[in-house]
This record gives sequence, C-alpha cells and structure tokens, in this order.
Amino acid sequence: MTELIFHPGLLLAAAAPLIAWLRGPARTAAIVAAPLAAMILLWRLPQGVLWRGQFLDYAVAPLQLDAAARLFGLVFALMALGGGMFALRQPNRLEIPAAYLYAGSAIGVVLAGDLITLFVFWELMAVGSTLVIWAAATHASYRASIRYLMIHLLGGAVLFAGITGHVAQTGSTLFTALTLDSAAHWLIFAGFLVNAAAPPLSAWLSDAYPEASWSGTVFLSAFTTKTAVYVLMRGFAGTDLLVWVGLFMVFYGIVYALLENDMRRILAYSIVNQVGFMVAGIGIGTEMALNGTAAHAFSHILYKALLLMSAGSVLYATGRRKCSELGGLFHSMPATTACGIVGALAISAFPLTSGFVSKSMIAQAAADSHLVTVWLLLAAASAGVFLHAGIKFPWFVFFQKDSGLRPADPPASMRAAMYLFAFLCIALGVWPQPLYTLLPYEVSYEPYTAAHVLTQLQLLLFSGLAFFVVLPFLKRTATITLDADWIYRRLLAAAARRGISTYRLVASALANRVQALGRRWITAMNRNGTRERLFDRSGSTAGMAVWVMLMLIAQLALYHLF
Amino acid sequence: MNLVAHLPILPVVVPLISAPIAVLSRRGSVAFVLATTASWAALALAVALWVQVGAEGTISYAIGNWPPPWGIEYRIDTLSAFVLVLVSGVAAIILPYCRRSIEAELPREQHYLFYAMFGLCLAGLLGIVATGDAFNIFVFVEISALASYALIALGRDRRALVASYQYLIMGTIGATFLVIGIGLLYLMTGTLNLADMRQRLADVSDMRPVLTALAFITAGMSLKLALFPLHQWLPNAYSHAPSAVSAFLAGTATKVSVYVLLRFYYSVFGAGLVSDLGLREVLLVLSLAAMFAASALAIFQTDLKKLLAYSSVAQIGYITLGLSFESVAGLTASIVHLFNHGITKAGLFMLVGGAVLVMGGSDMSRLAGLGRAMPLTSFGIVLGGLSLIGVPGTAGFISKWSLIVAALERNQWWLVFAIALSSLLALAYVWRFVEAAYLREPAQPREGGREAPPSMLISAWILVAASIYFGLDSSLTLGSAMAGAQSLLGAAP
Repeated sequence: MTELIFHPGLLLAAAAPLIAWLRGPARTAAIVAAPLAAMILLWRLPQGVLWRGQFLDYAVAPLQLDAAARLFGLVFALMALGGGMFALRQPNRLEIPAAYLYAGSAIGVVLAGDLITLFVFWELMAVGSTLVIWAAATHASYRASIRYLMIHLLGGAVLFAGITGHVAQTGSTLFTALTLDSAAHWLIFAGFLVNAAAPPLSAWLSDAYPEASWSGTVFLSAFTTKTAVYVLMRGFAGTDLLVWVGLFMVFYGIVYALLENDMRRILAYSIVNQVGFMVAGIGIGTEMALNGTAAHAFSHILYKALLLMSAGSVLYATGRRKCSELGGLFHSMPATTACGIVGALAISAFPLTSGFVSKSMIAQAAADSHLVTVWLLLAAASAGVFLHAGIKFPWFVFFQKDSGLRPADPPASMRAAMYLFAFLCIALGVWPQPLYTLLPYEVSYEPYTAAHVLTQLQLLLFSGLAFFVVLPFLKRTATITLDADWIYRRLLAAAARRGISTYRLVASALANRVQALGRRWITAMNRNGTRERLFDRSGSTAGMAVWVMLMLIAQLALYHLF
Repeated sequence: MNLVAHLPILPVVVPLISAPIAVLSRRGSVAFVLATTASWAALALAVALWVQVGAEGTISYAIGNWPPPWGIEYRIDTLSAFVLVLVSGVAAIILPYCRRSIEAELPREQHYLFYAMFGLCLAGLLGIVATGDAFNIFVFVEISALASYALIALGRDRRALVASYQYLIMGTIGATFLVIGIGLLYLMTGTLNLADMRQRLADVSDMRPVLTALAFITAGMSLKLALFPLHQWLPNAYSHAPSAVSAFLAGTATKVSVYVLLRFYYSVFGAGLVSDLGLREVLLVLSLAAMFAASALAIFQTDLKKLLAYSSVAQIGYITLGLSFESVAGLTASIVHLFNHGITKAGLFMLVGGAVLVMGGSDMSRLAGLGRAMPLTSFGIVLGGLSLIGVPGTAGFISKWSLIVAALERNQWWLVFAIALSSLLALAYVWRFVEAAYLREPAQPREGGREAPPSMLISAWILVAASIYFGLDSSLTLGSAMAGAQSLLGAAP
C-alpha cells in the first residue's frame, strides 16, 4: 500500500460523532458532505484488496472492492444522503449520527474481504440500527428496540459460531463462495438469513421498524436486509433452498401486508416481500438472476425509502399511523401524494419506473432457467405487490374516505429528499443503462420490449381491477395480526419465568431434602441434638455445606465405582 | 548475598514482611506506603522471574539450601510466573486505589490493619503459586484465606460479617478437604514435593487412596474457586466486602484456586489419570451449569456488585470448561481467561467502588442516571462489560475465541453454540447496567457531575485499558498461556 486509502464506511461512521457535536448550518453541511464524500471515495477506489492486516495469526482484508460491493456501497451512501436530508428537521439529535454509524457499518460489511471484519461491522450495524429505533424515544420504541437487538445478537451469535468453525476448519478467514456442506456453513447461512428477515424469524422487521421515528424508519428500510442480500449473494449464490425461502418471504409479506392497518407496517411487510424476490434471485444463481438481484436491491432501496418518506411525512404532519384514521390527504398534501404514487408505481414495477427494469430481470432469469413454477409464482407475486403496496398504501392514506384532516406538505428539506428519490426512481426507469453498467456481470437484457411491457401492464391492470372489486373486504379496522414474534414475546418469556422459578424451587427443595436427611442422621448419632440447633441457626451455610458434601460423595462414587 | 539467586522466594517474602511492620507502625499512612511499595516490588520481582523463566526455563529454588525433595522447593515455571504477574500486578494497581476508598469506608484506626491484612493475603496468594511443595500450598491457602476473611469482615454494613462468616466456614471446609487430600497423597508416596510426588505415584499399586485424594482435592478446590453449585459463598462475600477487597479478591483469589487445581491435576496426578475418571464430564456439566445458571441469576440481581459477583461465577464456568477439554487448546483458553477475566473483573469492581463512594450504594436504583453523573466511571464499566460479553477488540473475546477453537478441536459444535449463547446472557446482564446508567432518570436530581477521586479512577482505568489492550494485542497473554498449557501437558514447548 503506497498511498493512504480511506475506508468509505469508516469515513461515514466517523462523521457520526462529529454530527452529534456540531450545531446549525455546519451540522447540515456535515450531514450532506459525509455521504457525498463516501460516494466519491467509492467511485474512485480501484477494485481488489486494498487493506491487508493480521489478526490472531490470520490474514484479514478489511477493505476489498468488487463491482457488486461498489454497487451496494454506492446505494447505501446515497441512501444515507437522502435519509439525512429527510431527517434534517428531526428534533432528536441522536438519530442521524446513529443512522450514519449504521450506514457506515453496512458499507463496511459489503467492503469486507474477510469474515472477521464482516462480523465486526455486522454487529456494529446491529448497534447502530438499535440506536436509530431508540431515537424515537417512546416507550414502545424502546421495548421494540430491545427485542430487535436480542434477535440480531442471537443471529450474530449463530454467525460467529459459524465463522469460527469455518476459520478453524479451513484456516482462512477470507470470504469466498461457500456451500452448505458443513455445520459451520449452515450456521453462517442461518446468521445471514436472520438479517434477511427470512422465516421463521421474519417478524423482527415488522415489529421494530414501524416503531422508529418518522424519519428513522426511512434509514432502517435500507441497510440490514440489503447487506444480508449482498452477503448471501457473495456466499451462497445458486443455493436451491434460497429459491423457496425467497418465495415464502414474498407471499408472507403480501398476506401480512394485506391484513395490516398501520401504514408503515404495511411497508415493513412489503420489505420482507421485496427481499423475498432478491433471495429467490440469489437461489436461481445465474448471472442474469444475480444481476437482477443486485439491480433490484438498488432500485428497491430507492423506492422503498421514497414510500417510507411519504409515509413519514404523513406521520410528521398528522401524528397518525393507522390507515383507518387517515384518508383524503391529497387535498392538502399534493407533493407528498405525488411522491407516494411514484414510489408505489415503482414498487409495482410499472414501466418507466426503476422497479420495472430490475424486477423483470429476476423473473426473466427464472424463465431462462426453465423454472416454470418459480416464474409463475413470481408473476403472481408481482400482482400481489401491486395490491398491497402499489394501490393499498396510497389509496387508504391519500384518497379513500375524507378523514377531514388538512395538514400541509412537509418542510422544504423533507420535500427535497422526496423529490430527489422520486426523480431517481423515474430516471432509472427511463435510462436503465447507467445502472446496468454498474452490475456485477455484463448485461444483455433489454427491458423495454413490447412483450415485457404488455405483460406487465396486463398484470397490473387486472390486479388493479381486483383491488377495487374486493375493496369492501380490505377496509381496515384496528386489528392486531398475530405473527411468529408472539412465540418469543409471550411464550418464551412465560417459559423463562417458569423455568427460573422451577429451578429455584427444585434447587432449594433438593438442598432442604438432603439437609433434612443429614439432620435426621446427625440427631440419631447424638441424641442430645446440640448440632441440630447449630444447623438451624445458619440455614444457608448448612445448605452450602450440603452441596460440598454432595460434590465429594459424587466424585468418590464416580472414581471408585467406574 | 546474591539477590538474583533468591528471586523465586522474594515476591512472597516482601509482602509477608511488610505486614508485621505495618502492624507495628500503627499508622495508616505508613502502612499504606509499606503495602504499596511491597506490592510494586512484588510485581517487579514477578516480572523479573517471568523474564528469567522465559529465557532459561523452569527455576528451582531450595529454601535454606536443603535440596528437594527433603527441603521445601520453590518452583517457578511458565504458568506460575504468569499467574504471579497477574496477582502481583492486580495488587499493585489496586493499592493506590485503596487509599481514598479505604478512607471513605473504614474508620481511621483500622487502616493500618487493613494494609497488613492486604499484605498477608497477597503474600499467601503469591506463595501458593510460587511453591512446589504440597503442604506449603495448604499453609499459604490458609494464610491468604484467613486474611481475606478479615478483609471481607471489614465491610461497612453488618451483612459483611455474616458473609465473612459463611466464607470462613466454607473456606475452612475447602482447606480441610485439601489437606485431607494432601495427607492421603503423603501417605501413599511419602513425599510432599509435587514433582517428587508425581514420580512416586507411578509406582503406587493401590490406587484407591490416590483416587480419594483426587476427589477431596477436587471438591475442596472447587469450593474455593466457586465452581457452580459450590459458589454460594461468593456473591455475598464479594458484594459486602469493602470495594477494594472485592476488586482484589475477584481478580486474584479464585484464579489462584484454579491454578492449584491445574497444578495438582497435571503436575501430580498427570493427564492420563485425570482423563480416565469421568472428571471431564463432571467439569463439563458443572461449567455449563455455571455459564447459564449463574448468568441467568446475574440478570435478576438488583445490586450491581452482586450482579458482577454472579457474573464471576459464570466466567469461572468458562475457565473450568477449558479445563474439561484436557487439550493444549483447552488449557490455553482456561489460562488466558484466568488472566483476562482477572484484570477485567478487578477493574469493574474498582469502578463500581468509585460509584458506590459517590452515589452511596451499588443498588441499580441508586445508579440510575450514572452515565450523566459520572461519565468516566460508567463508560469504563461499559467497556469492562463488553469484555465480559466477549466483544471483538476486548480481552474477553480472546478468551472466548480460544475456548471456541478448543471446542472445535473436539468437534463439539453444540458447545460452540452454547458459548455463543451464554455470551448473550452476559449481554443481558451488562445491559441491565447500561439501562440503569444511561436510560433511566435519576431518582432525585443531583448537583452536577462528580467523579470518583482521581487516584481511584486512574487505577481502575488502567485495568480497563489493559482489558482492551490485551484484546487487541494478545501475543503476550496467549503466548504465555499456551506455553503454560504445553508445559502442564508435557507437550513440547
């Protein structure tokens, strides 16, 4: 290494304390400048291993760049920029620094050349995102953040066990393509899937994300699941199991989103659904599919952020989050409505939006690989996406009945962030070529053929029709939808309480029992019973002594009998 | 007189002599200077020994020029030098801390007695490690234990007396078991020298008394090192003792007991004998029980000192887990964790002692808002907590890593998972503190931030910084631990 190379992720993370410390225009400048600097750095860095090091006798490569890593890194930095602009007016001063730490460590994960660096950034990401949820500073967000953190640390523990196993078996820490042939690799796989919100632990996402502040959710939507997509792509491309995991996530997301009433929770389920598409693409594993996955991750981050910004603006303006309490906002919030609709069109993969040029690549890859079932299911799911995110969200929030609310559009900084992302959603749809050149493999895909456009329009038209036909059934009431998180929020908590009290009961009963036995024995030995009183006076000391005796007897028995 | 030749015994003798002089002086300040000087001298001597052992190999020293096995032998090998450095180092860092801490907690007329006891306890602990003679071990165990009963009883509330009494009963049982075990060994071999004992054990035909000795020594030392479920004396003793005492004992006493166990297992009984007996399985089960049950109990404590005490029990589980592997990797993990946990936990108890001084107690409700009131103290506690969890970049991670490597070597995947899972429990109890210190509002608003006295804060932070340093550069600790493990198992160094 002849010249000093900065790490874009560390640069962004290092800006976090600075932003926490700065005030006024200097803070605004830092918020805009840090992600821009990270983007420029990412753009200019050459490919290959840029940092080498040594940790515990293993070679590590904390900074390594390839095409896919650059693509993900760029969109993460872009996301930090948009989210930072959107959150400028957030009164909580913790949120943006936490989000930049989060974004910086996400970039660190994608630029990690070895598993140890990856793990460190992975955990930092969990901490950063937890702080973002926290920054909402409500009781609900605090509790959600703790549940969120626990799930992620559990995932981290699984991942860590897998990584150490892999390193111990192969003697190398480098992160290369893996196959599911050993326990270690299964554990790594499972650790990655936890962050991708794959079943059975999908519920953390829709549990925690909607509890963040109106601007916090925007940040959260982008990084955790997409880094998981990236590492799965790098480690487990072409694993068949992923196709089915992905399809499960696609439909899980649709069903729960259709049942949901909270507007941001609808969008959170829709993240699971969209990540499902990407996971399925990784499972297919052809160059086309992986290109599609990367492109879809890129465009998904932009339009999902746009959707959540419009939802965040509504929350900011009205303080309400339930569909049943909203409606008719297009009168007074035209800019927010327009941006929300652009995001909705993009997520539904409408032609001339970013969703169209990326999602269709995954479906095409399924078709090319002659996976008919997969292709059909993906097509059906596309219609489902239009139902839950494309129409349901804007319809219930901005149109539907008139809720009587007349809030104004949000302040200029928030509008600017939305306009930026809305522009990008459409620009990528109209000129997909710049995105395609960034993809990991060469692209020979032409999205705008008559067949593609017609198929997609028909699909959207019919599902749109279906939406309004079944509208009466979709009217949301204030309900709670039960998900797998019930298992750990209620069942396991109860079981843990039960377990601890049982342990105490058994332990004390056992000690008492043995103590009583010993006491009877001692009384029999000396009739006047002086020792019995001694035992009584210091019960607990006697209890301890009983344990020592048990230990000794057990060992003696063990050594002499076997 | 050539002092270098007497190096092996000097770290023990210096603090031992400082104690009676401290008593005779009857002045707290004189006693403080004496004890501090003695502990720093002991540290310097221990480091010198460590360097010498590294260069020349095991040192044997015959007291009064009586050659072993007839005379008492002091024997310093890589492992004992390493533990000597740990014990004297922790003592040397804690003593400057004691001054303000003891002034606040003890009446003036007890100060010189405190330092005398401290010197005795230190001499006892160092003696256990330095000696190569079985009966000498017992004597030093008793010296250090008697001193520590007195030290604990000095705690400022009356529960300290009960805790000390319980520790006294338990400690006496443990020491009695130890001496019964040593007696049986003496009966069968006719020698008290550890190295000699090992050679003669090979010729012993009737193994029954030897096995009984093994059982007694294991049970006795398990009690002293607070192996679950024989840990019950520990939480009360640690939480009611004066803060400096909690820190010193947490960092050294249980660790030295582990050392005794290691010494008897591998230098006397030999790896072959120990592994055939099902002892490994017993240790494995009890270690796992400690890692999970004690961590779970720690989560439910409302007092921070007690929480840390239960956490000690859990961390001891990691040490004995490494023991149960009976491989070089496993013993390396044990020894390195013995060191890493010693410095981390001593640092934590010292910081908590500072918080107790300012906030008036270690109850979680009193510590609410500590992050704002005492930012340096609480940040140090968080860093130490990270090391307890085993976050990469802390000393705890190095321990956990070597433990996992040892488990993998035996292909025990479920253990890897268990280790990772129990660090989650550690996270939960560390989180209890974070929540109290940073998230809860203080019960009554206090006047602006007031930190602990600088002498206390600096001492504590030295240990916290060390626990970070040894997480980043582990060549010193891991290297020594591995050399110690290899010499114990008789593998080529």
